[in-house]
Amino acid sequence: MSSRVEVRKSLDGAEQKPSRQARAGASASPRFSWRTKQRIKGASFTWPFVIGFAVFTLLPVVVGLGQSLFSSKTSGLGFGAATVSFAGFDNFARGLVDPVFWDSMLRVSIYAVVIVPVIQLISLTLALLIDAVKRRVANRFRLILLIPYMIPGIVAIMIWLYLYSPVVGPLRPFFGLFGVHTDFFSGSMIWVSIGNLAVWGSIGFNMLILFGALQAVPREIFDAARVDGASEFRIAMSIKVPYVRGSLVLTGLLSIIGTLQIFNEPTLFRSISPESITKDFTPSMVIYNQAFQVGNLNYAAALSIILAAVVGAASVIIYRLTNKVES
Amino acid sequence: MTLTSSPSKALDTKKDTRKIELKALRLRKRQLRSMDNDDPSELSGKRGRSSWIVLVGLVLFALYSVGPAWWLLISATKSKEDLYTTDAMWFADFKLFDNLASLFTYQDGIFGTWLWNSLLYAFASSIGHTVVSMAAGYGLAMYAFRGKGTTMGFIIGSFLIPGALLTIPSYLLFVQIGMYDTIWAMIIPAFFSPFAVYLAKIYAEGAVPSELLEAARIDGAGEYRIFFQISSRLMTTAGATIFLLHFVGSWNGFFGPLVYLRGADKWPVMLGLYSWLQRGTDSTVDLTGLVITGSLVATIPMVILMIAMQRYWRSGVAMGSLK
Repeated sequence: MSSRVEVRKSLDGAEQKPSRQARAGASASPRFSWRTKQRIKGASFTWPFVIGFAVFTLLPVVVGLGQSLFSSKTSGLGFGAATVSFAGFDNFARGLVDPVFWDSMLRVSIYAVVIVPVIQLISLTLALLIDAVKRRVANRFRLILLIPYMIPGIVAIMIWLYLYSPVVGPLRPFFGLFGVHTDFFSGSMIWVSIGNLAVWGSIGFNMLILFGALQAVPREIFDAARVDGASEFRIAMSIKVPYVRGSLVLTGLLSIIGTLQIFNEPTLFRSISPESITKDFTPSMVIYNQAFQVGNLNYAAALSIILAAVVGAASVIIYRLTNKVES
Repeated sequence: MTLTSSPSKALDTKKDTRKIELKALRLRKRQLRSMDNDDPSELSGKRGRSSWIVLVGLVLFALYSVGPAWWLLISATKSKEDLYTTDAMWFADFKLFDNLASLFTYQDGIFGTWLWNSLLYAFASSIGHTVVSMAAGYGLAMYAFRGKGTTMGFIIGSFLIPGALLTIPSYLLFVQIGMYDTIWAMIIPAFFSPFAVYLAKIYAEGAVPSELLEAARIDGAGEYRIFFQISSRLMTTAGATIFLLHFVGSWNGFFGPLVYLRGADKWPVMLGLYSWLQRGTDSTVDLTGLVITGSLVATIPMVILMIAMQRYWRSGVAMGSLK
């Protein structure tokens, strides 16, 4: 019971609660024991955050839920005041069968299902390689491999855009050497091009997490395995990989959540190759387009909620599946 | 060996003693390193071939990682014409300074404004972000009070809220409260990050002993004074990590500025570069050279910062992933 009361308090009473308690703390009346005062002061450390969190995270969620239930129509050519009317779940009903939105969702889901395991596999390979060399060598390589992580995401996308480009990019002549002639911006290659960019940008960081997990494996186990005649490859597969499974799940989950909301990469690719990337290429792009090009914020809010639900469901399913495998 | 063979004629000056000290230090380091290599498990001869395979694999990955960055570095030094005609992976005529000059003078030096905006947003938001998160994390770690459990619940729960859910409603909210298209939209909302609070709490639990707090109380220090004069100093590492991670995140931000800012004079550098990329492809002006040089200018501070402060963000990564 008390927890529900507190939930409500931090939901809609966040502004009132601190001011009331702050007044009590400031007055320092003898009615409060020093213990209570200390508690109030302790709690007051969190108030700036609690207020800001309520205003900039919880309030938007509530606003979004509210907006999605209305629809606004402008009369004529967009001039004059818009008439806002309660629409119930109309926006959701429309969003749930919107072929443009679900096409984009399918596109991104297939991409995520392929690219996330690929990234995991490469990152794991990299972490195992780094773990297999001497510490001094490892430290040097680790820094080099983390360079992509240090380069801002937008700059990374631009670099690869130019590398892929038929005009300034060296990649096409490079592949030409092997007799492979390909257009990196064509409809069939575009996801491969974006996928390579994702691999390049994230393997260093994922490697760091997995390498950290590998470092926690007690070294005596390896010695014991070597005495028993296990090869280094066997040790990697049968001891190291099972040890880092938890980290693999974590990085995989983060990748999936990020990939389903992908926006920056296709948006920048679109400015180079608008014919293979439509304005509704990914769910986030559909939402952006609905909100700021079409101007239907209510519908965009509803689509945001649907996207959030899909992302949440995907996280839960992956979590469940991986837990089942582990047990 | 290096020690004895160094010239002994001018040992009296301070400079030379310092030099010799440095040499000795270097020698000692080298010894330590070679001891490090004598790890018995690494010495067995039959691992020779597999360790070559490992090394080749690592070199290939390293080339893959560095190649694009190298291309950016090379291309930023080329003139517009050389960009299209010369070998993409090697230097041509060195024109970096000409490129920089045209970068900072194009459109009355708007690139400088963007850089300044990025710096301002990154610094201002990171300072507030760090102070708010440290205080909240400390409060949650060190005190028992009503609503603590609920607050923690909300913090953990909010990790699951995808960014896409918040963008449109935040835009509406910012329009309502007059923050849309102002610098405050880039600064104030960034103060409140559940993840940073979580990091600070985890760190405070390990770094600030409650006995110390009791001792300070007995000496008559108030709770706020204890935080600002004692605990915050014990939490410096966490503070630096939180500051750095957010500084980099703010510098690299794209979607937020795209949605919340309209006027080009308020854009951060990433959004500015995007606008040039977009314009360069659909009009007659060729902005490719400017985008490339601008990208390099926007990247180098980040790379230097990240390398210099490796210790901090790596600890942040470890804290975030293991707990």
